[in-house]
Amino acid sequence: MRNKLWKPAALLAPATTAVFFLLVIPVAFIVVYSFWLRAPSGADIPAFQFGNYAKFFADFFYPSVLLRTIRVSFESVALCLVMGYIPAYFFYRSTTKHKAILLLLIMLPFWISFIIRTMSWINILGDTGLINHFLIQIGLLSTPIGMLYNEGAVLMGLIQYLLPFMILNIYVSLEGIDKSLLEAARSMGCTEWQAFKEVTLPLSLPGVSAGSLLVFVLTAGTYLPPMILGGPGNDMIANLIFKRVIGTLDWPFGSAISVVLLTLLVLIVWTYNRYMGINQIFKSLQ
Amino acid sequence: MIKVSGWSLIRFYTILVYIFMFAPIAVVIVLSFNPQQFGCFPMEGFSLRWFFKLAHNEPILTAFKNSLILGSLTALFSTTIGILAAMAFVRYDFPGKNTLNTLLLTPIMIPEVILGVALLLFIRWLQQPKTFVLLVIGHVVLTLPYVLLIVQARLGGIKREYEEAAQSLGANSFQTFIEVTLPLLTPAILAGMLFSFTISFDDITATLFWATAQSQTVPVKIFGMLRNSISPEINALGTVMIILTIGTPLLAGYLSRKFSKGN
Repeated sequence: MRNKLWKPAALLAPATTAVFFLLVIPVAFIVVYSFWLRAPSGADIPAFQFGNYAKFFADFFYPSVLLRTIRVSFESVALCLVMGYIPAYFFYRSTTKHKAILLLLIMLPFWISFIIRTMSWINILGDTGLINHFLIQIGLLSTPIGMLYNEGAVLMGLIQYLLPFMILNIYVSLEGIDKSLLEAARSMGCTEWQAFKEVTLPLSLPGVSAGSLLVFVLTAGTYLPPMILGGPGNDMIANLIFKRVIGTLDWPFGSAISVVLLTLLVLIVWTYNRYMGINQIFKSLQ
Repeated sequence: MIKVSGWSLIRFYTILVYIFMFAPIAVVIVLSFNPQQFGCFPMEGFSLRWFFKLAHNEPILTAFKNSLILGSLTALFSTTIGILAAMAFVRYDFPGKNTLNTLLLTPIMIPEVILGVALLLFIRWLQQPKTFVLLVIGHVVLTLPYVLLIVQARLGGIKREYEEAAQSLGANSFQTFIEVTLPLLTPAILAGMLFSFTISFDDITATLFWATAQSQTVPVKIFGMLRNSISPEINALGTVMIILTIGTPLLAGYLSRKFSKGN
């Protein structure tokens, strides 16, 4: 038995060591650090106290950012669903020869840097951007309207980043539907719409929920769109972490905020796993 | 009649979604050829002046060099580690296999911000300085799950009989791996390397935590430039990045198809 085990153990050693020392231990460290104290001099003092968490929930500011993060995440899930289901359905039912190319195109943004995709919206929504320029040219406007630095602009950036995840998840689960089920429904007198409502839609729900979870988790953990496309009032929880850790170097408090974010996500994923099962996520990644 | 118009509505909607996805990217590329001083409309002709200006911008060239080295090292390490782990998962049975597999895939599920803070905190506790090495090890952790998924999927598709045939003909397991498994795995290895290179080359969220003034990558540089305002130079830099990261996989796909036809 020992003879058989040393080979897989040796093969796995580098990967496991890397993930254990560079991920598991560091993340555990965040939790430890969140109980530490910060001296007025800026030094971190090992301690076990809940001051950082108390500070987070002491006034309305930090909890309101937490609530905003949850709200924006739900908004981005809803928008991705509205914008993503129909294209996914189009890929599923379309008989065009160019289907492979169309699908490849939807995956193309994965290959473009997040920072470029985010900043590209400044060219569209800015005062001298495409939309204002067009509206002024055709005489509808005399002065540009401000479309940047608000929640709408942040959502534009988020959706453009997340929509491919949603579309691919829904598409994968649509492709898995046995087409004879649809034929059966149709032959029993269902209209096209009824067949969709009674057969296709329910069977595509695993993809819908997997896509929604992915979009929610990715939105809740992002700071770039609020930082570049949002105003001071659009910060999300990851922005707070960035500001504490990179800006004011307040490590213990930054760690406590990170633990709050992690707890939120673990709760979401745990709830999801309880009702839906997590394996669907990895299915679409492949 | 209703069915036809329903379908054309679906098609129209899909086209609109495509426009939403690609218009901003197209505008970056178009504006990078605008000779005007500010990165905005209207277009006043066509010029390559911002690309020439980029080519003479020393800090940006350094950032490009950093990004290329970082991406290549990440691809090399992450693919090597990933292949070894995938071999263990696909070819061997051992207790705790599923748990370990899930553990190695967790970096996908943990937000990059947390990964960024965690590793930085750890380095700080060890009293190590932030260096280029931090970026490399960080990017390996970020890309490892993707390589693992790609190689594992391919390895599962390679029949064990090939390896068993080689072994029954007297090859030892190392020879079998080099002569049989590795050649069959080549497409997955290339895909894994390409994927990890691109993720590393493009990454901003975690990299912003790990980069220093000396080890800036192109995305970090773009982020710094955005602090002032959007300039035509940023659009030009964006265009170069887009062409590089989209062109490479397209070229690789084209070449692999050409080679497989040749065989």
